[in-house]
Amino acid sequence: MSKHSDVIIIGGGIIGNATAYYLAKKGVSVTVLEASKDIGIGGSSRNGGGVRQSGRDTRELPLAMWGIKNLWPGLSEELGVDVEYTQKGNLRLGKTEAHQKILQGLTDKAVACGLDVRMINGDEIRAINPYLSDEVTCASWCPTDGHANPLTATLGYYKKARELGVRFITEAPCFELRKIKGAIRQVVTPDAIYEADKVLVAAGFDSRKILATVGIDVPMMPLKMECLVTEAEPPMFLQMLGTADADFYGHQSKHGSFVFGGSSGFEHLNKDNGTPISSSIGASCTCRGIIKYFPALVDAKIVRAWAGWLDDCADHVPVISPVEEVPGLYIACAFSGHGFGIAPAVGYNVAEMIADGHSTIDLSALRYDRFKPKQ
Amino acid sequence: MKSINDRSRNIGSFVSQLDDTIIICRCEEITKGEIRQAIHDGMFTVNEIRRYLRAGMGLCQGQTCGKLVKYLIARELGVIPDQLDPATSRSPMRPVEMKVLGNEEVTHV
Repeated sequence: MSKHSDVIIIGGGIIGNATAYYLAKKGVSVTVLEASKDIGIGGSSRNGGGVRQSGRDTRELPLAMWGIKNLWPGLSEELGVDVEYTQKGNLRLGKTEAHQKILQGLTDKAVACGLDVRMINGDEIRAINPYLSDEVTCASWCPTDGHANPLTATLGYYKKARELGVRFITEAPCFELRKIKGAIRQVVTPDAIYEADKVLVAAGFDSRKILATVGIDVPMMPLKMECLVTEAEPPMFLQMLGTADADFYGHQSKHGSFVFGGSSGFEHLNKDNGTPISSSIGASCTCRGIIKYFPALVDAKIVRAWAGWLDDCADHVPVISPVEEVPGLYIACAFSGHGFGIAPAVGYNVAEMIADGHSTIDLSALRYDRFKPKQ
Repeated sequence: MKSINDRSRNIGSFVSQLDDTIIICRCEEITKGEIRQAIHDGMFTVNEIRRYLRAGMGLCQGQTCGKLVKYLIARELGVIPDQLDPATSRSPMRPVEMKVLGNEEVTHV
């Protein structure tokens, strides 16, 4: 088996798989190294499936808007897998005046970037989604947002990239990146040393220790979050939901089950021993939150709960960047819990960055060297 | 490197079998043929099959079909089943209503 390719991608999540697919489409030979036994085992298969523009930082908003316009609508057809893309809007809900203020601020910023998003009141909210309780008094409404299935999207990119000849190796954790004559060249794993002229590190929070082997640091920490899913319920609503507090989010999937994420407030103090395990208080707390928003779901049965780690960046915005001081090295990580919706756009633009030296969307605001001390 | 980790290894082309219409995952009604096809699409682990097809994601959470799926993958890849991990088990072990799961007293002082 050849250990050489044009590009090595470290990380078989949706970012790595999508980039591999778009590179392979350009005729570039790619090897993807995945540390675990499963493709898409990290945040790619543990997130809530939001494909939204509203509520995003203005630095990543152009990527989100471009992806929703150009890639998501045709993705199922392109990958030959139903990614269940549903574009029926996003409601970001609020209950208090403080929430209203947060939502108004986010809305004003997004409108300035040209996004169709506006504030609506309780009656308008319940006209869109009659199941929401009277406690909900305000929301931002973005009709072009939506949701998709993270599992089939991640594995769909994998399947299609593999068909195009991308080599995927599992249980191949990267111990070390090595430079030769100042430029990136080797990726060291327990079983083999792989070589390429270009290397993309897209390994979630593990990217930090990998990048450290060539003296590069991305300031991010793993942060555990928990999700749960109900049994299939009759179709109720199609919007993606979030809250001003970012304490609860979710949607009803095509299958009928509701996927919800939430927090108990103890996530940053989590005792996980290296495995993202659901805590005993997490699912219960989220259930109480959901019932307050959706009294009708009080009898819905929870069939599964899980946890995952965000790669939470210092400024909660991803790092998508070439590394000039290590020629040939590229980074796409630190997505901070909102990478899934922009993943196709990231894959497309990073493939352009690697193969052509420039990308359709200007990514300079997401550079790796943007972090400065406070004085 | 274990051969199972090379996702480009040649496992031959998909050949349909007479009993491909048998349902393996009863909760989500996934057939043997669908699972075998998914293996040829590159899904080499029980977790991947689960996420790709929903086999083992229904009410029983794979407690019925988990082993069958594992054996199908092993046979298709030509490895012994012991080389494959079972799907990750998740709480709760039985479906629980939200009002029950969320029913604990939280007193904020």
